[in-house]
Amino acid sequence: MSEEEEVKNNEALFEHIDGVVKWVRRVFIVILLFPIVFYFTSKIDFEKEEELVDEPVVSEAIIENGIDQESGLIVDEGYEIVRGTCGACHAIDLVTQNRASREGWKDIIVWMQQTQKLWDLGESETIILDYLEKNYAPKEQGRRAPLKDINWYEL
Amino acid sequence: MNRKKFISSSVLASITAFFGSKIVLGENPTSIEEIIKPISENNLVPGKHKELIIQNPKPWNAETPPHLLDDKITPANKLFVRNNGLAPKNIDINKWTLTVEGESAKTKKNYTLAELKSKFKHYTYQLTLECGGNGRKEFSPPAKGNQWDLGAVGCPEWTGVRLKDVLEDVGIKSDTVYIGYYGKDVHLSGDKEKVVISRGVPIKKALEDEALIAWAINGEDLPKMNGYPLRLVFGGWPGSTSGKWLSKIVLRNKVHDGPKMTGMSYRVPKYPVAPGAKVPEEDMKIIEEMPVKSIITSPKTGAMVKGNKLFEVRGHAWVGDLSIKEVLISMDFGATWKRCTLSNPVNKNAWQHFNIKLSLPKKGYYEIWAKATDSNGKMQPMVVPNWNPKGYLNNACHRIAVKRI
Repeated sequence: MSEEEEVKNNEALFEHIDGVVKWVRRVFIVILLFPIVFYFTSKIDFEKEEELVDEPVVSEAIIENGIDQESGLIVDEGYEIVRGTCGACHAIDLVTQNRASREGWKDIIVWMQQTQKLWDLGESETIILDYLEKNYAPKEQGRRAPLKDINWYEL
Repeated sequence: MNRKKFISSSVLASITAFFGSKIVLGENPTSIEEIIKPISENNLVPGKHKELIIQNPKPWNAETPPHLLDDKITPANKLFVRNNGLAPKNIDINKWTLTVEGESAKTKKNYTLAELKSKFKHYTYQLTLECGGNGRKEFSPPAKGNQWDLGAVGCPEWTGVRLKDVLEDVGIKSDTVYIGYYGKDVHLSGDKEKVVISRGVPIKKALEDEALIAWAINGEDLPKMNGYPLRLVFGGWPGSTSGKWLSKIVLRNKVHDGPKMTGMSYRVPKYPVAPGAKVPEEDMKIIEEMPVKSIITSPKTGAMVKGNKLFEVRGHAWVGDLSIKEVLISMDFGATWKRCTLSNPVNKNAWQHFNIKLSLPKKGYYEIWAKATDSNGKMQPMVVPNWNPKGYLNNACHRIAVKRI
């Protein structure tokens, strides 16, 4: 075998190996994905039986007027971490309907850690508190706020 | 766009939640199955009227807009939902049992649903159930939790057996102080062993005729979201005392100390505090009876009335363990009041109905305020009452906006 032929053979071999590796990787990914896909599929079927939800529509994140339409959170630095962390256990509505100072939000986190099995938030805690302090601070509303959002109709 | 109308992908949400929490936090809080729980992000509470206002889909919490509470007896699909955990699934009513035990019980007994229904006499009462945090939304500075506005209240007709008949069948020791409940709802963390909520009432309240172990609302099975197949009902006390998905009752020789009996939950300061004050836990006391309150259910807020046409204003009034003596209406922010016609309660702890015919004196904007007085002479305040750390017991007057055109 000439040197040139050897190089060609090697190249062919490498290509072959590369192809096999890619193939193995694809199979591996499919095998990995299968239980996850199966899990979600079975969940969706289960929910249909229970008649709890409409058919889910897979969608990209939609942002309107600075609000993430899926979670209702104000879009600002760290909102994805807030959505992922808080949304792991309860609906995000429990965040968006509440308002508190940084200290107040910290108290809520500590309470959840002490009584509701919330884990140590690590570095995320600062990001979450920064976000909440900025976007969900208390609003002064006095002893009785004016009536608002009235839908007028003829009686 | 209304976010509630936006049907999201529960799959996407779950993946985000899963990978988000895993990668960001490093620590695995629970098993995969427990984290990847599909979130029902559509705008309907299972089994409920489509106009209920959702506070929270996980756990389910939803309130009734005032005009939907117009029925004298609240229909099952219009009764508010206040859940602390997830409703149990795949309930087999043939296997459901109620255990009664505890240090102050003379014996321990188990009853199947069929045994409860066949062994004890059935009773039906209209009992008012109100969430302790109803009206929380108006407290300033805000208190944490579901921001209930007006409609976490209802008064359906409940059918079941008297709690006292069952407790007496088991045997009540003379040292009994309190009863506590346990239910089959599942904690949000997914931990099957973790008790979601376990509250109760003093034995005196438990032994009242109207204290029920109920399986029916308005003659039908309890709704899934309201405790099917079995629950406690204590009218006039915070809804959280009326345990849902009831599986166990304990007779206690001390104040029951289950989750949400202690700490700050369902407690208010022993003395009045300034808005925003930090109150030490030892200065908090358990809420018992709910205060005097009323709601205008017709007309719906926003009514425009032509000329001096007469129209009816009506609604309901209720109070813990007393009765309502009087309901007044003002169209001028409390400067003058008119007395309404008021019905008697059908039974103890049932709400009462008021109505009055009004016309608006001249063109313009009005607010109609309702103010109830209980049989001890206590009235509803026109402004938000005593601030408290968790935002309970706001019984301020309800008001609606009307216009003469």
